[in-house]
Amino acid sequence: MRLRPIAGILLRQFYLIRGSPVRVLPMFAWVAIDIVLWGFITRYLDAVSGARVNFVATLLGAVLLWDFCTRIMQGLTTAFLEDVWSRNFLNVFATPLRIGEYISGLVATGIATSVVGLVIMLLLATLAFGLSFLSLGLALVPFLLVLFVFGIALGVLASAMVLRLGPASEWLVWPLPALLSPFMGVFYPISTLPVWMQAVARVLPPSYVFESMRHVLAGQAADAASLAAGVLLSVIELVIACYVFVAVYGYAVRSGLLARYSAESVG
Amino acid sequence: MSPQTDPPLVLEVSALAKRYGELRAVDGISFEVRQGEIVGLLGPNGAGKTTTINMLLGVLAPDAGAIRIAGIDLARQRSQALACTNFAAVYAALPGNLTVAQNLRVFGLIYGVARLRARVASLLAEFDLERLADTKCGVLSSGEQTRVALAKAMLNRPRLLLLDEPTASLDPSAAQLARAHIRQLAREGGCGILWTSHNMYEVQEVCHRVLFLSRGRILLQGDPKRLPQEHGADSLEALFIRLAREPLSAQAA
Repeated sequence: MRLRPIAGILLRQFYLIRGSPVRVLPMFAWVAIDIVLWGFITRYLDAVSGARVNFVATLLGAVLLWDFCTRIMQGLTTAFLEDVWSRNFLNVFATPLRIGEYISGLVATGIATSVVGLVIMLLLATLAFGLSFLSLGLALVPFLLVLFVFGIALGVLASAMVLRLGPASEWLVWPLPALLSPFMGVFYPISTLPVWMQAVARVLPPSYVFESMRHVLAGQAADAASLAAGVLLSVIELVIACYVFVAVYGYAVRSGLLARYSAESVG
Repeated sequence: MSPQTDPPLVLEVSALAKRYGELRAVDGISFEVRQGEIVGLLGPNGAGKTTTINMLLGVLAPDAGAIRIAGIDLARQRSQALACTNFAAVYAALPGNLTVAQNLRVFGLIYGVARLRARVASLLAEFDLERLADTKCGVLSSGEQTRVALAKAMLNRPRLLLLDEPTASLDPSAAQLARAHIRQLAREGGCGILWTSHNMYEVQEVCHRVLFLSRGRILLQGDPKRLPQEHGADSLEALFIRLAREPLSAQAA
């Protein structure tokens, strides 16, 4: 893995973001709106519940963590879609760039853009609504790690989908996090779900994060084994997502899809 | 050229084949390009030229055959082979939302170009792009975009340069300048060039050798100035038209 080609992919995204306010705005606008909206909802719920449950910490904290995960996925996918939108595949893939370096460049872009969103969310949630993320203690480290790795895996998988199904499949990618969120128990314990949904939740690493977060906020210790399972699962799913991307890329090179991508299919 | 003085091979294609379903897009072609040589790849639409170029660029896997670029097997050492290759094609414009200088920097990093800042500055000067360095590629004229594409194609000082209809959208004056520049690149840059074009006048002016491709096969090859006479045609264009319209049975014979 060479650093200069990866830097090339990252630099391209930097130029695009720097030169375009419409690319800068989504990095923090939607997450800020989410925090404001859920900030007021949780403040209201705190008032009517008589302080029996700390909604700010449980709901607003969950929103913040979930938005962090989806921002990573969207940052990575958007970087890939920039090549789709500008019909740049031939220029990019007819170079010495290795597929692992291309994915690494996309991941680096996803990290850079999501960190901006995370900082904005943390500032807003802390200053405006009194959310103290430090109350999660050291458990915050594996929480962020799992969501970070899973967000990357989801982004790589989404990019593979667009590569395989063509530019029009972009619309399938954006709702992916919303589609998965009911299974992950972002706002409620997994035990609330029917049995079949609980089975799905067990293979989705963020569900371990949100379960543990509720335990910690309820004054219990974080379940280390459960969090370790979440970390392991997220790494396994990242490896699978990368494998799928490489396999789809290989198919695109063999079938001619990559060379004739605008045709959307080669059948 | 005698065997003793032959420049080194920069491209060796042997028995290259690609099928799309029942269609044999490229049907077992073999050819070579030497350092400093400009080889024209000619043929009617659908003859297999772009399919061949795509396989040489590593974005399309052949069903059979081998490609060696500067002695490196493309299938086995893709990254190393493509590090000494570059291309410009009328259908592969650089991202229009980046400036000329930004595109050159980005692709310079991707190609691993050493002393990139100096290389970009030198290419901007060489292709008369200095005043356009901070202009987005999407707003450039066709002639300016061609110059940018050629500058990008020279970033890594390629041993093999693939040019797919590089002058297709240029006016005669701009096309003449581009041709002169490309000839200079082959002469002084030391790269071998594979050039596709439908402009037979241009081919005769630029190419040392041409390959006539039809239905995925090489029908003829030779010096573009002598081929028409050798095959009883008035001009290269007349020979092209005759070959393009010949039925498959006649070609097979």
